[in-house]
This record gives sequence, C-alpha cells and structure tokens, in this order.
Amino acid sequence: MAYSKKVLDHYENPQNVGTLDHTKSEVGTGLVGAPECGDVMRLQIEVDPETQVIKDARFKTFGCGSAIASSSLATEWLKGKTIDEALTIDNMDIVEELALPPVKIHCSVLAEDAIKAAIQDYRKKNGMPELTLEEKIVH
Amino acid sequence: MKLPIYLDNSATTPVDPRVLEAMLPYFTEHFGNAASRSHPFGWATESAVDLGRERIAKLINASDKEIILTSGATESDNLALKGVFDMYSRKGNHIVTVTTEHKAVLDTCKHIEKMGGQVTYLKVDAEGNIDLNELESVVTDKTIMVSVMYANNEIGTIAPIRQIADIAHKKGALMFTDATQAVGKISVDVERDGIDLMAFTAHKMYGPKGVGALYVRRKNPRVKVTAQMDGGGHERGMRSGTLNVPGIVGFGKAAELAMLEMDADAARLSVMRDRLENALLTIEESYVNGNRLSRVPHLTNISFKYVEGEGLMMAFNQNIAVSSGSACTSASLEPSYVLKALGLGDDLAHSSIRFSLGRFTTDDQIDYTIEAVTKAVLKLRDMSPLWEMFKMGIDLNTIEWAEH
Repeated sequence: MAYSKKVLDHYENPQNVGTLDHTKSEVGTGLVGAPECGDVMRLQIEVDPETQVIKDARFKTFGCGSAIASSSLATEWLKGKTIDEALTIDNMDIVEELALPPVKIHCSVLAEDAIKAAIQDYRKKNGMPELTLEEKIVH
Repeated sequence: MKLPIYLDNSATTPVDPRVLEAMLPYFTEHFGNAASRSHPFGWATESAVDLGRERIAKLINASDKEIILTSGATESDNLALKGVFDMYSRKGNHIVTVTTEHKAVLDTCKHIEKMGGQVTYLKVDAEGNIDLNELESVVTDKTIMVSVMYANNEIGTIAPIRQIADIAHKKGALMFTDATQAVGKISVDVERDGIDLMAFTAHKMYGPKGVGALYVRRKNPRVKVTAQMDGGGHERGMRSGTLNVPGIVGFGKAAELAMLEMDADAARLSVMRDRLENALLTIEESYVNGNRLSRVPHLTNISFKYVEGEGLMMAFNQNIAVSSGSACTSASLEPSYVLKALGLGDDLAHSSIRFSLGRFTTDDQIDYTIEAVTKAVLKLRDMSPLWEMFKMGIDLNTIEWAEH
C-alpha cells in the first residue's frame, strides 16, 4: 500500500513524541487501543489551569505508519486549543488531512478517542464533571 | 550496492537469466500448440514440453508420466484435494490437514466440507510442528488423504513428511504435500519421502509465474484424480487446457539449475541467514518464530516485541522488501493465522517480519539490512508506549486495554 506524502512526513519526522509527568494535576493522559489489535496510542496534554488552554501535547504510539501519523497530527492540532475546543476535533478531519484510505480510518478514530480520553482524565483530576462520550470505535 | 534489496523470496523469486534465455524462443520462433501433432510447429513444442517435464520430474525423483502441468501451486492444491475427494468417495470422505497450511489448501478443504467432506485440522506446537501421535489417532479407515505442507511459507518449518506418510499409508490414506516452499530449495524425493501427490510451482525457484505442477504417483499405488476443468483432455485427462509452453520450458530449466546448484545455494544462504538472524537477535526482546532446527535454509521470521510490523517496515520498505505477519497489511485487522497457531500472542504476531533470501542475495545486502532494521526497531521503540511501560517494569498483561 502506498502512503500519502503527509503520512510519510509525520512518520519520518513525528512531532511531539514523548512523555509528560502523568502525576501532575495539569496533565491529562489518554491510553487507547490494545496490543492485540496492533495499535496502542498514548496521548498526553498539559493544560493551563487558568485559561484551560493546552500548552503542550505529547504522544507515543505502537502501530502502523498511519496510526503514528494520526497521533502526531493530533498533538499538533491540540496545542493552543482550549480543552473544549479540542473536543471538536473529529476523526474525519484527520482522515481528510492525512488522506487515509478506508482501511486506515480506525487509526483516526483511535486518535480522536485518545484526545477525548486525555481530556477526560484531566477533568477528573481537576474535579470537573465527567463528559459522556459516545463510543465511536466500530471494529 | 543497488537499492531496493529483495528479501521476499518466499513470496516469489526473480527469473534466473538462464531460465529466461531458454524460454524466449518459445514465444516467437517456436509458438506451436504442443497438442498439434500434425506439423513441425507442434512437434517442436511437444518435444520442448517433454524435455521440461523430464527435468521437473528428475528434480523430485519422479517419472515424467507422473507430472501434471498446471497454472501454479494453487491450482495443483485444488486439483489434488478436490480430485482425490471426488475419485476416492467410495473409500471415505475424511481428510486430515493442519491449521498452518496455506490458504490454497485450507480454503479448498472448507469447500470440500461444504460438499459433504469431513476435515480434521491438526494443531501445531510453538515451533509449528504437528504431534505425530495425534495424527495417528485421527487417521481412520475412512481417511482418504493426509495433507501436510513440506515447508511452511511464513516460518519455514519443515515437516517430517516420511513419518507422516507412513502413518497415512498404514490406514490406506494418500499422502499429499504442498511443497511450494521446498522444491528447488531443499532436497525433495517423492520415493524417499513416501509422497503420493505433491503441489509445487516454478516461480518460487527462479522460474516464471503462471506454471506449476502436481505430482501424481503412478505405481504403488496408482493414484488418480478427477479433473476439475472440462476440456480437451490434456495431461492424461487430469488437466485440460493448452500447455503453457514457454512457462514449462522455463520451469524445466529452473529445475535443471536447481539440481545443479541447490545444495551450494542452500549452504551459502544458510550462512547469510544465520548471520542476519544472529545480528537481529542481539536487539533486546527479539524472538525467532518457528523451528530453528528443521527449517528451510533461506528464511527467518523474527518478532520485535513492542513495535508493530507494518509501522516497522515503513521505516525501510523503500529500500528493503520483506513481509510482515502484522494485521495492518490486510483489511481484516487480524494478524497472521500461522503465527497465532503457534500460540504467539497477538502482540508478538503483530510484531513479526519475515526475511527470505534467495540465489541473488549478497553479503553487503545483509549488512545493509542488519543496520537498517536495527535502526528502525530502536526508532520505533522510542515512539512505543508499550516499550516505555516494559522498561518501567509494568506488566502489560495487568493493564485493562480498551479492546475494540
């Protein structure tokens, strides 16, 4: 299968690979996927408690090139957004930006889930009401 | 050194230039139909087919009358299984095979089950070996055929064909083997090995694609298969269709070259394969899949734990051609059923890469591959949350994964 140029760019130069201190209250961590399914994404955000703006975002991903590219792109998009704005990121935006083929759409779904899980974790830690998230993964 | 490097010889091999040279006159100069008995155009191609058939037979210690020429191993598998199922229905309807067979065998068996056949699928151990005692216990008087591949296409494990054949024969069942990955690579002898039917193909042994053979024993016992295609009654009525003359000439030449060069190729390739394997095994948490003692000489299948196979290949697949047992290469999201049958966790199955060397593999290609793959594994592990958890001493089995 041929990859789009944007997937290749993110794969070769992934943005924001790394780990934030998950014990800090400003940090929210989302870990989604499963080794059995061939992809696991961990996405972390560091939020300014005053403004609720995401100051930093980091990822580590076990998965194919499209999964790595989806998480790299997600961290780029997250930075500078408030946590409410971040919730509006839709997996189809990722599909479009990276020109993912149908068989790789689950990678984008996983990235969206990772964003939501990270925000959820941050909200829980900071006494904010939990979000009700619709289950999007279908495979 | 020229890039990309080809290390996927178990998928297909390049045509040896000597094979191509032998084939070329049979496209233009000698184009006759080998079944045209009435003029020199047909006579020329008929004798070329005869020579090809003789060379193919000689490679496996058979007689030329025992070679049915087909379009490839998939057709040969279909003809052997369905043809025997049809022909031997009076003896029984039971076939024994193995869960790690190629899909050309497994899917044909599924088809036979729909036609009223009974199929037993034997499990394998962690190295891909079947349990001969279990085989003995499932073969009955109603068993018409035992079908076990000679060498596995993903992990290279070689089955003890002679012992399996003896067990089959004790109950009057035929021994069929898909030897696609073995013929031309290691010594295969239908007499020594007790084989009654055998599928194999030209394009895995430096011959052209689109031509294969089914060996069908003529003596002790005389085996018959029911044709699966209707037509002109070629190949002694077992396989109709105008013969692929250039392909058969090429297959024959490839077989002749294999006779002469197979042993030297195998010795050279196993040294290179071992060097590649040992170097890659120095990477932490990497494991060989399959039986390292009974294995084809040119193949190694390695899992690099905590990285995903397709993601890993992407780091070097512009320059090195290999295969992965990872799911991401298919639409199903299921990793290799062969590796799962070995009892590998899905995570290890997702992390596997098959390297298969060939006649034209060189030492500097192996050096390049060792360096590129090592670099890629380290790069991807730096990006892997699973690797980080492993390094922190977290047992991944204790985590509740959001499985989907």
